Amino acid sequence: MEGCNRMWRSAAVLLGALLLPAWGLSQTQVLDENQAPGRTMAQQATKGPQIWITADHSLHPVLQKTFSSGPEVTQACLSCHELAAGQFQKTIHWSWLDPNVDPKMKVGKGGLTMNNFCINLQSNEPRCTSCHAGYGWKDKNFDFSNPHAVDCLVCHEQTGTYEKFPTAAGFTVDEPTLFKENGKIFEPPAWNTVAQSVSRPTRKNCGTCHFFGGGGDGVKHGDLDSSLMKPNKELDVHMGVDGQNFDCVRCHTTELHSIAGRIYSTPAAMERKSLIEDDLAPKIMCESCHSRTPHKPGVKANDHTDKVACQSCHIPTFARVNPTKMWWDWSKAGQKKDGQPYKEEDAFGKPKYDSKKGEFRWAKNVVPEYFWFNGSLNGLTAKDTIDPSKTVAVSWPVGDRDDANSRIFPFKVHRGKTPYDKINKTMVIPHLFGKPGSGAYWADYDWKKAAASGMAYAGLPFSGEMDFVETSYVFPITHMVAPKNKALACSECHAKNGRLAHLTGFYMPGRDVNRVIQYLGWTVVFGSLAGVFIHGLGRFIARGGKER
Amino acid sequence: MTSNNMVNIYLYTRYERFWHWMQTVLILLLLVTGFELNGLFTLFGFKAAAEVHNIAGLTWLILFAFFVFWLFTTGEWRQYVPTTRKMLSVIRYYTYGIFRGEPHPVPKRKDAKHNPLQRLVYLSLAAALLPVQMATGFLYWGYNSWKDWGVGWLSLELVATIHLAGAFAILSFLIVHIYMITTGHTVFAHTRAMISGWELVQEGTQIEDWEQKKRRAPRPVA
Repeated sequence: MEGCNRMWRSAAVLLGALLLPAWGLSQTQVLDENQAPGRTMAQQATKGPQIWITADHSLHPVLQKTFSSGPEVTQACLSCHELAAGQFQKTIHWSWLDPNVDPKMKVGKGGLTMNNFCINLQSNEPRCTSCHAGYGWKDKNFDFSNPHAVDCLVCHEQTGTYEKFPTAAGFTVDEPTLFKENGKIFEPPAWNTVAQSVSRPTRKNCGTCHFFGGGGDGVKHGDLDSSLMKPNKELDVHMGVDGQNFDCVRCHTTELHSIAGRIYSTPAAMERKSLIEDDLAPKIMCESCHSRTPHKPGVKANDHTDKVACQSCHIPTFARVNPTKMWWDWSKAGQKKDGQPYKEEDAFGKPKYDSKKGEFRWAKNVVPEYFWFNGSLNGLTAKDTIDPSKTVAVSWPVGDRDDANSRIFPFKVHRGKTPYDKINKTMVIPHLFGKPGSGAYWADYDWKKAAASGMAYAGLPFSGEMDFVETSYVFPITHMVAPKNKALACSECHAKNGRLAHLTGFYMPGRDVNRVIQYLGWTVVFGSLAGVFIHGLGRFIARGGKER
Repeated sequence: MTSNNMVNIYLYTRYERFWHWMQTVLILLLLVTGFELNGLFTLFGFKAAAEVHNIAGLTWLILFAFFVFWLFTTGEWRQYVPTTRKMLSVIRYYTYGIFRGEPHPVPKRKDAKHNPLQRLVYLSLAAALLPVQMATGFLYWGYNSWKDWGVGWLSLELVATIHLAGAFAILSFLIVHIYMITTGHTVFAHTRAMISGWELVQEGTQIEDWEQKKRRAPRPVA
């Protein structure tokens, strides 16, 4: 009896051990068997509209008084939101400097960090800072501690009528003013309407600057342009107005005015956590809502997530609706027709030549370039020494195959030619925007004067000898996530000349093969074929053409 | 030589025939999908090819366990023990005698299906090439678990290269094998035997009593 019991107990334990893995598997499928668990999870995380607002700003007496300028509105905002300016002034949106680097290093676009678009802010402030969420950053004497210089409206107003003048250091206009560059007339804001409309930032607020970075639609990012104001699902599954209709801040989780996202060399998130692991984590990573293994159990793509970013397969191309600029050759600037600067348009209706800026090339449906990326970008400052004998990387992704945080990630690479100092071997900050006689290139069309003026303003040496060098600048591609049926096929990368053809240091099936074995193998195979053919022919001939 | 001095014997049991043709299907599937994954051509598409290759490979691995079980429980493993006896005469037959219409020096019998050359080839296949191919294939399939399995130090390139070399060896075997089965007393005699189980062998070959049973005997050859 005792022995019998023991036998059954052992049998039950054995059976349990056999069934346990099957039970574990069924647990991961429990949400919805018809779709990938990563989708189900994300749908759970985003279901239900959130109406948190308990105030109506149009009823606030402080917003009903007469305003004549932006700073006056800011003052009114701060009369209730006392901490807002202080919070905002700690962020990169205000300082334009990398908050994680000693400010003396001047890393950031407000400092000496370079790009290959309009190159650098120094000496060009009034033009660049039309995209600063502040008022009056017209030169290096701007007071970054003045709370009333914060521009609340550009991020929070919802009328869509509030527009900062392109060359007014972040200010709006007091009377209707023509912007000659594009022939548009800017109107002074209806202050009360604008101020009373405030709410959480929408796509329009963020897009006003981020879709037009570099001075025009789609100039900088390949995955951020005006097509994302009202995209369909085909262009962006998350932001599509016919789908989830996400605002930017849906993923760019914001705490005390600090908005989640990569800041220069600081990744958007240090850990790839899902909301299951940490429900207060910023929702900035795909993994936040979709988990690390978002595909159906057993799907090979789940095995790829340790080395391949979601974006690599799910954003097949960028700039799918509007073109994006891929090439900017400053060395061609300055040509004139009949002594006058001129512009030419390409097939997209985009500028292909502008005497002020040089030659441009635009492209649509661009296949990204892929690099190892741990979320950190490094860039050149105007102090860094360069090697002009080859293409100078003005910014580049940081990452390595052996780094557990690195993934293969898609990038837009913007190439061009930008000025550098031939003797000092540094990039040059040209003075571009200014009045005639100031040395500004866009007024005087003299590179040496522009370089001397810009470098002197930035407090940097300039030898007087300059030329142009080919440069590259990278943008991680993370928006414009396509519907799942548009994700890349395996063979886009697992092929001899696929998208990852240039990524070295690892063996990839379908791309790599041991040449020696390949050659030997086919030799043996064809040798065998030849052998049996000759042997068979011998039999045929020896028997006079007839088998028994 | 005429059919008058040939006798029908039951050479391959039902399991052996199943195992042979199952392997045929699996090997062909694996070769086709494998070389597609290798980049030689596009047929199924990479994703489907990878899935078919994985399923076929794992199926083979599982069936191979049954084969090994069968091999040892039935004592059939003895048929794979290599020997040098008559090896030279077999080699002489295939390089010379076959062209002269000489009889095979080692005719097939139930308890000695393999001539010395076959013993060597099939032993190499069953004991070396196929296990290596299965081991490297299984490792390749489990690449993402290498760290958990404690083999994180392995190189995928090495595993893949051995696997590819094995594939070439199997393809080469297949070519020679398909040719060799035409060397029976008629071109399709050996193929027919692997389908029905019965093969005509030369009279005078020692035949066991049980083989005389009239089970599903094919039509007598005219």
